[in-house]
Amino acid sequence: MTPDVAMEPFPELIAEPLSAIVSRFKAQQPGGRAIAVYPVWAPVEVIHAAGMLPLSLLGGGTSVELTHADARFQSFVCSIAKSTLELGFQGRLAGVDGLVFSNICDVARNLGSIYKRNFPDTFVSYLHLPQNSTSASVVPYLASELRRLASDFDAAFGLKVTEGALTEAIGAYDALRARIRALYALRIAEPQKLGTSELYTMLRAATLMPVGEATAALDALLPRVAAREARPRDRLRVVVEGAFCEQPPLGLLEVLEEAGCYIVEDDLLLGWRWYTADVGGTGDPFERLASAYVNQAVPSSTRHESREHRSAGLIEKVRRARADAVVFMPAKFCEPALFDYVLMKQGLDRAGIPHMLVEFEEKMWTFERTRNEIETFVESMLFD
Amino acid sequence: MAQTVTERAYQGRVHEQSRRLMTAWMGELARAEAERRVTGAIMISGNCVELLRACHVLPMFPEVTALQNAIRHKSLPLILKAEQVGYSSDNCAYVKADVGLVLEGGFGPGKPMPFPNLIVCNYVGCNVYVKWFEHLADISGGKLFMLDVPFARTDAPSADDVRYVVKQLEELIALCESMTGRRFDIDELREVLALSARAQDGYARCKHLTKYHPAPFDSYFDSINMMGPINVLRGTPEAAAFFDDAVAEFEELVAQNLGPLSEERFRTVIEGPPPYPFYKSFRNLFTRWGAVAVQSTYSTVGGIWEFGFRHDPRRPLESIAEQMLRENLTNRSIVARYAQIRRYVEDWHADALVIHSIKSCRLFSAGQGDMREYFIKELGVPTLLVESDLEDPRYYAEAQIRNRIDAFFEALEHKKLVATH
Repeated sequence: MTPDVAMEPFPELIAEPLSAIVSRFKAQQPGGRAIAVYPVWAPVEVIHAAGMLPLSLLGGGTSVELTHADARFQSFVCSIAKSTLELGFQGRLAGVDGLVFSNICDVARNLGSIYKRNFPDTFVSYLHLPQNSTSASVVPYLASELRRLASDFDAAFGLKVTEGALTEAIGAYDALRARIRALYALRIAEPQKLGTSELYTMLRAATLMPVGEATAALDALLPRVAAREARPRDRLRVVVEGAFCEQPPLGLLEVLEEAGCYIVEDDLLLGWRWYTADVGGTGDPFERLASAYVNQAVPSSTRHESREHRSAGLIEKVRRARADAVVFMPAKFCEPALFDYVLMKQGLDRAGIPHMLVEFEEKMWTFERTRNEIETFVESMLFD
Repeated sequence: MAQTVTERAYQGRVHEQSRRLMTAWMGELARAEAERRVTGAIMISGNCVELLRACHVLPMFPEVTALQNAIRHKSLPLILKAEQVGYSSDNCAYVKADVGLVLEGGFGPGKPMPFPNLIVCNYVGCNVYVKWFEHLADISGGKLFMLDVPFARTDAPSADDVRYVVKQLEELIALCESMTGRRFDIDELREVLALSARAQDGYARCKHLTKYHPAPFDSYFDSINMMGPINVLRGTPEAAAFFDDAVAEFEELVAQNLGPLSEERFRTVIEGPPPYPFYKSFRNLFTRWGAVAVQSTYSTVGGIWEFGFRHDPRRPLESIAEQMLRENLTNRSIVARYAQIRRYVEDWHADALVIHSIKSCRLFSAGQGDMREYFIKELGVPTLLVESDLEDPRYYAEAQIRNRIDAFFEALEHKKLVATH
């Protein structure tokens, strides 16, 4: 089987509404439950350990026309918040038993409570993820927050999270994340073999499957991708930064590649590959997850890290991926990304790393202007 | 429209004393470098100013700097300056105005507004605070302390939440000691908290006086005179005395049946921060209709005192933690705010809700359309939503806002007439 054949179900899967995915899951597993998690990071291990299916909740993209949510959220609010609420109004989250939000930004926080008000029968949990990265109390606090989520699952669904089940879930997701890290490493080493639009499709599909199936699917793909015959081309190696929540349309990633870039690093679907290494370890699994969240985290615009400058993680990413430049790709109105852009670009300037800015909205569908901008940037770099 | 309503020629002792106290505080800040005093930046929302005071760190508030520049019509050039270096037009304009002030050379060493030595990011609800203070630390080189306060997401703060915040307060105290070279004295903090509680009593009493008809002051536009002392100067003897005087003055007005306008025709609750660059013009749009705000949510960003919470000197760190966790507007969900507003509408006998939605502050505004739906459709409260900004004058469209306000009060007036006939 070629990678293209192994990839076949993925584009269709990621285009489906969650209601269809959940309906299929429940037909296969009568009595099963599914919890959708809003970006960026969520403790999917706790959901899995409760016996439920964690799914990514990434807004409506181009699939929904806003008819209700626009009356709730103003014009200056990002698209993913509005389209997520709209998914609820249009029944495209039917069958999803609960949603998990966290304090990634002010809009996401308000969205969580507004979703609950409009859909009172849906289980909605809001997690406060710590912004203090060095206090002696931060890991115990986050462990208590994860235990609270587990206890809410018990209260809402009668599903208990045991330490044994959580340890098993950490192992299962460590295995999945190891495959994702391997794909990312392969892309850095040989980007001609694995385009980002393809990698993104694989990864996004993995967030819509039971973890065991996702790991098996990536296992099947990895050797086939590695065995591909592809000649390296004279392209600009870039890091894409800023698209950690609202997801850019696939067409935009394709345009970036067509315009002469190898995307060798990015922060797409960042929460699903949050840790720099396996969580692993022994002892209280809630504490282990909490400690890994704080001490093994990839750099993220939604988490404050007082141990390094805001631009340090990005510069390290550029060096590690042997990138030539950074393409900042914040979603329109995304305050965390737009604020970080300033400190990050100043850091890149000091380090002599070229960069450009491309704003997007999940629902954009024409890319010609962006294509011209990127082509100009690429040409200016390649023929400098 | 019926007979013209005018503003009573009233500035009063509250206004004058507030101005005097705030000017004195700014003077202290201007002298801080020369006097080698340690300064600490902190945010208004659910702040722990008492702790800085007891640690002998002179508090400074970047938000106050930003709003003062806006109200003096100086914000736009500063915002544009920040946008020139890469800030987006979609970023909070409060932050941009402060960054612009640095770029313009009006903020920093040797200036009336010094750079802070210590930067305490009291992350109480607003995510932009985290970014703002990261940027301030980057610009100023001040020591950044991230005081992470879990958002109110359960009926009451859990023991784990309180423990987490208290532990961080202890770590902050240790940092302050290392910066000031002075040992922290818990009894001094108790004294500061007792003064703070006295100011809270006074502020709460003032806000309850607006239940009278007419209300003795406008709880949105006039509250700004009290918000400086309650949020910035809390814990000082001067602030405590200020509120003693304020209560006396407003009680006198109640006894004389006097309000801020020649006639109180409509009683409103206003939600959202004001458009500082057009403070007076915006107020005039309500004055001409005889509309007085009898309550406002903006006046509770620093703390919600009118429902009874007070700092407790017997439990100093715990009560500071509880106030930051729960007893302020910004660390509560927008839907929890609906309950606060509903209580205001009912207990303060308001005729309507006015939502001033601002682009800069998504914490306040994201989802206010849902709030409007709730109040109109589920409670039947007449509700007006207008949009502009608290700092950026480019978003204030006077003619449009005036049309909306006029249409709203015309309809409200008609409704009142129909109801009385």
